[in-house]
Amino acid sequence: MASSSSYNCPCAACKFLRRKCMPGCIFAPYFPPEEPQKFANVHKIFGASNVTKLLNELLPHQREDAVNSLAYEAEARVRDPVYGCVGAISFLQRQVERLQKELDAANADLIRFACNEIPTGLPATQGVNSLHAVAAPRQRPVRIGNESGGSFYQTPPNFHLPYPLSWNDNNPPGNIHGGGVDGNI
Amino acid sequence: MASTRCAACKYLRRRCPSDCIFSLYFPSNNPQRFAYVHKIFGASNIGKMLQDLPLHRRADAADSLYYEAHCRIKDPVYGCVGIINILLQEIYNVQCQIAKIQAEIAFLGTHAQSDQTQYQQLQIAPNLDPNFLSEQKGLSNSFDDSSTWFF
Repeated sequence: MASSSSYNCPCAACKFLRRKCMPGCIFAPYFPPEEPQKFANVHKIFGASNVTKLLNELLPHQREDAVNSLAYEAEARVRDPVYGCVGAISFLQRQVERLQKELDAANADLIRFACNEIPTGLPATQGVNSLHAVAAPRQRPVRIGNESGGSFYQTPPNFHLPYPLSWNDNNPPGNIHGGGVDGNI
Repeated sequence: MASTRCAACKYLRRRCPSDCIFSLYFPSNNPQRFAYVHKIFGASNIGKMLQDLPLHRRADAADSLYYEAHCRIKDPVYGCVGIINILLQEIYNVQCQIAKIQAEIAFLGTHAQSDQTQYQQLQIAPNLDPNFLSEQKGLSNSFDDSSTWFF
């Protein structure tokens, strides 16, 4: 009986592709046989050869995160064939904008409250030193992309599966500026 | 009469048929757009994905595929999932800031109320008749001669 697990148990990719799973199979560490759907999605959207090329261009320690992000994107695209992951980005951008407006309003309330609550003629010794509590203008969140063609931020060092794929946003990604010929990203 | 091939057919070095599925979404004046999606997804996958969609959804799909491909080329490890992570972190940070400000407002509200009470007492105290205490002696047993009004 062969002792190599790859002979006895082909990875999900080799099972899907109906080929022998050789030692050193580039997919084997990242597509275990218990998760057939993961490779099925990735294969449907990106294709096995494109994934191989992508992985070969990366360092070994980067590949796991890359595969997980590809699997996430592929699943998003299977669920939403029109917008895929971009739908989630659009939804989250709108949330950020809404929260930023809330933050601005809260800041304005704080300043207004602090100024209005100091009664005139109050002795200094008992003065309400509330001005010290007035928040400094809060830093605005960085915008993802801009009109001039986009800038990308450094991704977090430790990748973990983000945001579960439960968004339900059928609106077109208006903030992506992907309006056709030269989408501003 | 020169026929203009779409960016996809130019890239793939083939004739561009009149019903080419790519021509509407990958015009010849933007070769990079098709180059990116082809590198990440592959022309046949793009064709299948567009084919499976109704006509009126294909433009948005092509745009989003280009966006994803662009993100993946810029960041081969995380692609646009990296952007999702950043946005989630940003949402969390802004929510924390809002919560802090609300706490500050609540604190100021409590502090101002107690200062307002002290202020009002300051206003009342100087108007007391010096003989008031002695007049009150007969009315209340809560005060005695040693009690002093606080300022």
